[in-house]
Amino acid sequence: MADYIPSMDLIEPASKGETWAVARLISRAEANMSEVREAIGEIYRRAGNAHVIGLTGVPGSGKSTMVAKLVHKLRAAGRRVAVVAIDPSSPYSGGSILGDRIRMSDLALDRDVFIRSMATHGSVGGMAHAALDVVDILDIAGFDKIIIETVGVGQDEVEIANASHTTVVVSAPGLGDEVQAIKAGILEIADIHVVSKCDRSDSNKTMTDLKSMLRDGIGHGVQPNWRAPVIGSSSFQEEGFDELVAAFDKHLESLEGEPGRARREQISSFRLRKAAEALMLERFEAQSDFDGAATDVAARTVDPYSAAETLVRNFSSEASS
Amino acid sequence: MAAPIRVLLAKIGLDGHDRGVKVVARTLRDAGMDVIYSGLHRTPEEVVSAAVQEDVDVLGVSLLSGVQMTVFPKIFKLLEENRAKDMIIIAGGVMPDEDVEELKKMGVAEVMLQDTPPQKIVDTLRELVEARGVR
Ligand SMILES: Nc1nc2c(ncn2[C@@H]2O[C@H](COP(=O)(O)OP(=O)(O)O)[C@@H](O)[C@H]2O)c(=O)[nH]1
Ligand SMILES: [Mg+2]
Repeated sequence: MADYIPSMDLIEPASKGETWAVARLISRAEANMSEVREAIGEIYRRAGNAHVIGLTGVPGSGKSTMVAKLVHKLRAAGRRVAVVAIDPSSPYSGGSILGDRIRMSDLALDRDVFIRSMATHGSVGGMAHAALDVVDILDIAGFDKIIIETVGVGQDEVEIANASHTTVVVSAPGLGDEVQAIKAGILEIADIHVVSKCDRSDSNKTMTDLKSMLRDGIGHGVQPNWRAPVIGSSSFQEEGFDELVAAFDKHLESLEGEPGRARREQISSFRLRKAAEALMLERFEAQSDFDGAATDVAARTVDPYSAAETLVRNFSSEASS
Repeated sequence: MAAPIRVLLAKIGLDGHDRGVKVVARTLRDAGMDVIYSGLHRTPEEVVSAAVQEDVDVLGVSLLSGVQMTVFPKIFKLLEENRAKDMIIIAGGVMPDEDVEELKKMGVAEVMLQDTPPQKIVDTLRELVEARGVR
């Protein structure tokens, strides 16, 4: 196309906060086009200033409504805020209906707020990978607080929440189990617990259960110098948000020095692993004998494990030659 | 694997019905597209702002209230201001034939009247995105 703007040329306008350039870089990062990789590398080296907050919890727990309220609070404190709202794709068609934005529609005209919807299967080359590239793009665009909303089920989503600086796990009353995070196995990743919908009378039970679990030593998070607090909130009555924003700041402070270094290292080794996985898989599948091996496995003349072993052996000797 | 086609479906104006849009949203999802729905009663400014942030391939605007001849010029002006002229704009709903002609002159890629078969919508979107090429 004649008017294709190279990704490297989008970095300057994006870092001045020009919405169209930020948005286009995000699309290309999601599509994992080879043309964008150099730019993503440059962006990574420039990023690292934003506070990244992962917010997770089961569908319907009130995350998107909460994010809208949070953004207002953070804006009132003078922050520029970006939201990455990730929703699951249909396992049948690979398509999705991304509805989080509806709950945030009163933020549409604020130039210092950027909201982007992503589908779990929308990104070519791995969800977690792409989402963190998107965070870097928003980071160089000057957003101070970047909130990633993910559904707290599924490996990718949990990994993303875990790859942020501050992880918030939302539990809500009235969804069956008292604390849904237990079943989903995401209680331990919380730096901050929120019980949403505290305008409902049954929220007391959720609150009590969560607190007693923490007393029993479950769900404190993984950071030695931090104990995850439990905060009750109601988006309908706008309660609990001052406390929540204060907890964000406190947790960020707790990351100063050694804990922050450990966290950054954990995140960067995660990203390195993801990048290596994606690259190896891509090269592995591009091997000339991959299709032949698949045919042999289909004919059951060879088992998948042995075929893979042969491919890996060829792959590594190819790489070192 | 190519990235799925991204679509924003928007309702502008006072019209309070969204059953039709929701049916279209599901059709497009089932065809493998990522569909963002704006909710009811949006303004052109809100819709364009969302569409630009989401960098959608296609913006589908549905209106039943006969305001298309004032809404679409506004949308095109906003897209221009936001450097998003390569976005494919589709109009949906009910409108007289002479308006359809007028909208196409303005730059609306396709007008999908209320009785357009679902598969036709899917095919049209795919063709339009394909014709636009990589961006
Ligand atoms: N009672 C009550 N309901 C809420 C509150 N926040 C959200 N909800 C409702 O919970 C449902 C799911 O909200 P949503 O924000 O979409 O949840 P998400 O799926 O976790 O993003 C909606 O019907 C909301 O109206 C709240 O503070 N109190
Ligand atoms: Mg949501």
